[in-house]
Amino acid sequence: MSVTDLARPAGERRPGPGTARRPGLPRAVLRSLAVLLRHPGAALSALWIVLVVAAAVAPSLFAPGDPLAIDPAARLQGPSLDHLFGTDRLGRDLFGETVHGTGRTLPAAALATVVGLGAGTLLGLLAGFLRAATDLVIMRLIDVLLSIPGLLLALMLVAVLGEGDTLDVGIAIGVAAVASTARVMRAEVLRVSESGFVEAARTGGARWTRVVLRHVLPNSLGPVWVLTLLLFGEAILGVTTLSFLGFGAQPPTPEWGALVSSGRDFLGSAWWLSLLPGAVVALTVLAANRVSHAVEERTGRR
Amino acid sequence: MARFLVGRVLQGVFVLWAAYTLSFAVLYALPSDPAAIAAGANNSVTPEQLAELRHEMGLDRPLAGQYLAKLGGALHGDLGTSLQSGEPVTSLIGAALPPTLAVAGLGLVLGALLGTGLAVLATVTPYRWLRQALLGLPPLGVAIPSFVVGLLLLQWFAFAWNVLPAIGEGGWRGLVLPAATIAVQPAALIGQVLARSMEGELGKDYVDVARAKGAGPFRVNVRHVLRNAALPTLTLAGLLVGGLLTGAIVVEAVFSRNGLGRITQGAVAAEDLPVVQGVVLLGAAVFVTVNLAVDLLYQVLDPRLAIERRTAGTARFTLFGLAGRG
Repeated sequence: MSVTDLARPAGERRPGPGTARRPGLPRAVLRSLAVLLRHPGAALSALWIVLVVAAAVAPSLFAPGDPLAIDPAARLQGPSLDHLFGTDRLGRDLFGETVHGTGRTLPAAALATVVGLGAGTLLGLLAGFLRAATDLVIMRLIDVLLSIPGLLLALMLVAVLGEGDTLDVGIAIGVAAVASTARVMRAEVLRVSESGFVEAARTGGARWTRVVLRHVLPNSLGPVWVLTLLLFGEAILGVTTLSFLGFGAQPPTPEWGALVSSGRDFLGSAWWLSLLPGAVVALTVLAANRVSHAVEERTGRR
Repeated sequence: MARFLVGRVLQGVFVLWAAYTLSFAVLYALPSDPAAIAAGANNSVTPEQLAELRHEMGLDRPLAGQYLAKLGGALHGDLGTSLQSGEPVTSLIGAALPPTLAVAGLGLVLGALLGTGLAVLATVTPYRWLRQALLGLPPLGVAIPSFVVGLLLLQWFAFAWNVLPAIGEGGWRGLVLPAATIAVQPAALIGQVLARSMEGELGKDYVDVARAKGAGPFRVNVRHVLRNAALPTLTLAGLLVGGLLTGAIVVEAVFSRNGLGRITQGAVAAEDLPVVQGVVLLGAAVFVTVNLAVDLLYQVLDPRLAIERRTAGTARFTLFGLAGRG
């Protein structure tokens, strides 16, 4: 039995008291499920997120038919059983548009989360593991990224990437989230690198790629996973804000922020046009934050 | 103290330079053609004219040369000219600043008052339900997009009850709704952090001492606990001010106000890169300045830090000294 075998990453064998409270991904999922059942607020939030994701994947389940179908006889009608969210100035069903808009907003927010988490994790891992000059350069880059307000950074990228596509907006929002993830990841990598099992792996002659991929990375990801939903909520805010400002999905493409924006001209007479899609955005972000908070409370404390 | 100050100022200057370089790299090194944008919708521009324009704007020079020339200009306070209007970027931003400052400043004051009030009320109240309700507000304030907050306020105060004007121009009455919209984020952040901080302070010995000496609940909570608990919220300042700037972009769009946000939105839409870069630099400069001010304020407000610094030596406070620490 070699020394590297002794130092299994978390999940199979717990390597030390410091990492014991940070389980691997499958266990974390199981645990968070158990947590949800005990917290009805968090459970409802999780249910809402599942519904919204389902609406993004299969919008026809919730709103069959073409969301852009025009019905001149039913213009600017208030919310009713026929039209849950009312109708807009062309008689389009706003509920259908909102449901179909999910398929625009959520992928962009998911892309932003993946970009933010992926690049941030990589930068944090490099900085924390290689230290010295690499750490210095990366940390200065992070300082700079943090000094520019997030939305402004995203707007700068949108100015270059172009404004036609929600996915471009997603990338821009994701880059704005890189700095905070990288900081969290770096701190965790520094902490894990001090652990006995990393030292044991090195002493045992494991190559540095093996040390990073098998030992440091899996044990450092805990706090980053906790960030995921929080980032996702923030990304939804960012994507909808940018499309409200006119960057990203262009009308008549249904997208949450764009729907709010196109409804605002009717605020005095038809409040539902902007406020109901807006409420959907707020509920989704709130739900993501709530679930993330519940998971964090469960895995972070104790 | 002088050494500390110089170190922090140098650090700030470095971040500003890096922000300039980063924005230059993003905006100019990527394949886009500022000359074509400057020529604008004018389709009759011949390739020769475009080439001449490029030469005039220095775009045919190597990137490194352009960078050095632009950086030199920036050091003299020249951020270039807008591609749309041909106006200097600095005067464009300078003219847009006052209305934005008014809204953002009022919003910050309002947010600080609301946040502090919420935290204090949640701490002193004997009713559990009130405390729970108050502490439930900040997560809500963070989750609602500010454009929805603005539209909600518009719907209620301007359209349903008709007490305040819908368009944010002219007089203080037009300032109320935009400022209230901007105030939600800072209020939520301050309320959340301050309430947690006050809860932590309440368990400390000096609170018992103050109570034992006969201080009433107001004196204990406001004079003693609040003053000590307020210190950690100062670290939020940089974040808050950055949030005000981006909040202004949204609020000016919602309430059709003129200002920095309007300019930014227009510049991004028209790919007016010098203006975009100017606003980004302004954001970074404000962030750096506020953080520097907070650092200094901390030294004054918390004398323990000054002592720690004197005993710990100065090595930590060199320009790059912070990098090695965990």
